Amino acid sequence: MTTISTPHEAAVHHHAPPDSFIRKYVFSLDHKVIGKQYLGLALVAVCTGMVLSWYMRLHLGFPDAKAPGLGLITPEQYLQLMTMHGTIMVFFVLTTAPFAGFGNYVLPIQVGAEDMAFPRFNMMSFWVTFVAFAILVASFFVPEGPALSGWTAYAPLSAVGKDAGPGQGLGQTLWAFSILFFCIGQLLGSLNFIATTLDLRTKGMSLARLPYCTWAWFITSVIGLIAFSVLMPACVLLILDRVAGTSFFIPAGLVVSDRLQNHGGGSPLLWQHLFWFFGHPEVYIAILPGFGIISTILPVFARKPLLGPNVFLACMVAIGFLSYTVWGHHMFLSGMSPTSATIFSVPTLIITIPAAIVTLLWIGTVYGARLRFTTACLFCLGFISVFVTGGLSGFFLAQPSIDTYLHATYFVVGHFHFVMGVAAMFGIFAGTYYWFPKMFGRMMDERLGKIHFILTLIGVYAIFMPMHYLGMAGNIRRYSSFPADYMGVDLPVHRWITIAALLTGAVQLIFLYNLIRSRFAGEAAPDNPWQATSLEWSTTSPPPFDNFGGRHLVVAHGPNDYGVAGPDGRDYIMQAE
Amino acid sequence: MGKLFAAIVAAIALVSAGVFVARIWWLPPDISTLGPAIDRQIVETMVATGVLFVLAQLALAWFVWGTGDEKNRRPIKRFPGGATPLVVIACTIVGIEIITLTLIGSKVWARIFLEPAPPEALHVDVQAGQFAFYFRYAGADGKFGTPHPDKIDEGSGNFFGLDPASDTAARDDIVSAELVVPVNRPVLLTLHAKDVSHSFFVPQLRLQQDFVPGLDIPLHFTATQVAKTEIVCTQLCGLGHYNMKTYLEVKSQADFDQWLKDQAAQQ
Repeated sequence: MTTISTPHEAAVHHHAPPDSFIRKYVFSLDHKVIGKQYLGLALVAVCTGMVLSWYMRLHLGFPDAKAPGLGLITPEQYLQLMTMHGTIMVFFVLTTAPFAGFGNYVLPIQVGAEDMAFPRFNMMSFWVTFVAFAILVASFFVPEGPALSGWTAYAPLSAVGKDAGPGQGLGQTLWAFSILFFCIGQLLGSLNFIATTLDLRTKGMSLARLPYCTWAWFITSVIGLIAFSVLMPACVLLILDRVAGTSFFIPAGLVVSDRLQNHGGGSPLLWQHLFWFFGHPEVYIAILPGFGIISTILPVFARKPLLGPNVFLACMVAIGFLSYTVWGHHMFLSGMSPTSATIFSVPTLIITIPAAIVTLLWIGTVYGARLRFTTACLFCLGFISVFVTGGLSGFFLAQPSIDTYLHATYFVVGHFHFVMGVAAMFGIFAGTYYWFPKMFGRMMDERLGKIHFILTLIGVYAIFMPMHYLGMAGNIRRYSSFPADYMGVDLPVHRWITIAALLTGAVQLIFLYNLIRSRFAGEAAPDNPWQATSLEWSTTSPPPFDNFGGRHLVVAHGPNDYGVAGPDGRDYIMQAE
Repeated sequence: MGKLFAAIVAAIALVSAGVFVARIWWLPPDISTLGPAIDRQIVETMVATGVLFVLAQLALAWFVWGTGDEKNRRPIKRFPGGATPLVVIACTIVGIEIITLTLIGSKVWARIFLEPAPPEALHVDVQAGQFAFYFRYAGADGKFGTPHPDKIDEGSGNFFGLDPASDTAARDDIVSAELVVPVNRPVLLTLHAKDVSHSFFVPQLRLQQDFVPGLDIPLHFTATQVAKTEIVCTQLCGLGHYNMKTYLEVKSQADFDQWLKDQAAQQ
């Protein structure tokens, strides 16, 4: 039975339940509502980003086809679609959903707190992120359209303004403002996650007893705090270059569109260093929550503990630390010192060791398990598969001498979509199927979930594996079309990828339908439908405003007690019993 | 469901690896002195990661296949030896790969970027701008004229901003829209951009390097076959990026000398 005791002082964080619609659902201080708001924003963002990718793929596979609403896609439209797809997916989906969304909803409950440490900052964090998204979407409607210089916005293309061509006017400025606001939102969120994890744990919830996803969100917060602190001022400098005539990223003597630019003294490589100092840790901001989610969920459905939990935590910390030493591998060919490339190559290869250990721990956990093949479990297994695939192709790109050939080819696109995009998405799907009953008090349809999983698994391999083949053949990314040159012969592969992408996109409608239908008509969820151990399963589905109905749980066990002789003949022991 | 998952993962792994083994889509023919070493590095990495890829996917599929489902009440098994053997395996295998690949790879990298071009190398000055490359040869005096950004005028063909009126070295500079080089002779390129970042990529040379505004970046290679192949830009540079390309033509020394002579006459 659940233990109730005097509250641990630090775990108490009172604020009154809201009494108006606005304070309850819009400007809410409740971490659960804010978590749902983040997930809702991510859902809108992922739908937007996916539709943009359909347009891109349609044009690449069928260059003469007219796209609905756009007609024949022009080169600048293609680059705008690509830039907005990348920006929306990386920032507003892969960061927002697994970290800010699930983290906000689940972390305070898992540590036994009533809310986040700073609820007002938490609310501000979401609404600043919302404004960031609104600014980005608004850029679709300005003259000459949104930015087209890629999600990396390399200077001086992104810095010199309108002279550099379409998309370099107001659209690019709005892009920089959007990312600036996004950084502010994530900094506020990261501070909150760190303070909540360290200060608001309930009695008995030592750091060693934190569930693995909470550990992952905590480590991700530390990474985010440093990474976004660097990108934020970089965006300020970019904005100043664009609107105030400064020259942080623009050297002297540039002639753009036949006009000698009135700039001097800046460095394009400075932007690249600042961007990638954020950009590579961002990969881990996107994927580490997935690590945590998979390591939390897999033991639940394997009915056995995660193999080597301490090793797992040590690996996550090592990955977090190493993530700050590898940014230069994005810049092997950038013109920075070739000696630096050799130096950056070493930690880039070394980081594969903790990643490989974690992967083997998951596979070792599956060994000899008695798996319950729920949809959440299947997405965990799928996560392992796609992470292995994406991780191994990173071996190629970590070597400067191979990068001289594969850099900027579709090999890179296939690699990062597998390791960062698809793996993170599988983590998001696993989390959604797993925590949906807790969040909404209703079960999702498992039959539809399994169909969704199988078709998605096949689909993502059909899309992204051929991109590796294209890369080997020297096919260049970020090209709006492939005229009759050596890449022209690759058109059938692009056509295959396009068809696979459109079909896999259509499969996501099954998920969307399941999500909406289950929200209103799903089977009622019990408090602990999965027979899991962590604290969110010790409260009602959905939890009350203060999470535990005034109870203050005392934690007596770790999160990993599966396959054990528990009370009442159960094979698990809940953390607070 | 587990068996279906296992079958799909195993099939995906084998088909994916099979396409690489069959080399249906593969590197284009190499025409450079550096190419064989880079190709070897790629193949060795492909073999190492390919084996790990297939083993890891098949292990996952095998374990999932073997677990059955929860109706199967056989006892749960722990991984033999716990996490320790897996940590040892990961550290050993990945460690060996890292050391091997780094040692081999850094030698190749050093040959491309750390070793200077031989003194007899043909020096070509390369300028990239939205959305074209221009190549400049020093002419009979062996000296390049000094570029002046304020004198760049594409309308009159002054792509480099030369000032032949007051700069004698600039008077015999030869400018071409294609890169023409002699076979088996080292070529030293100096890359600079006039507007935004671009990149120089010749797949058949296995060579790629960014142009960065404000920097002069050296790059050298030796072509080993008479050939004509494409040079493409791989750094997003604006709306015409996809169409920023030209040709590398490798000629015999005699043909190259004749070409240079013809070009000089036309300038």
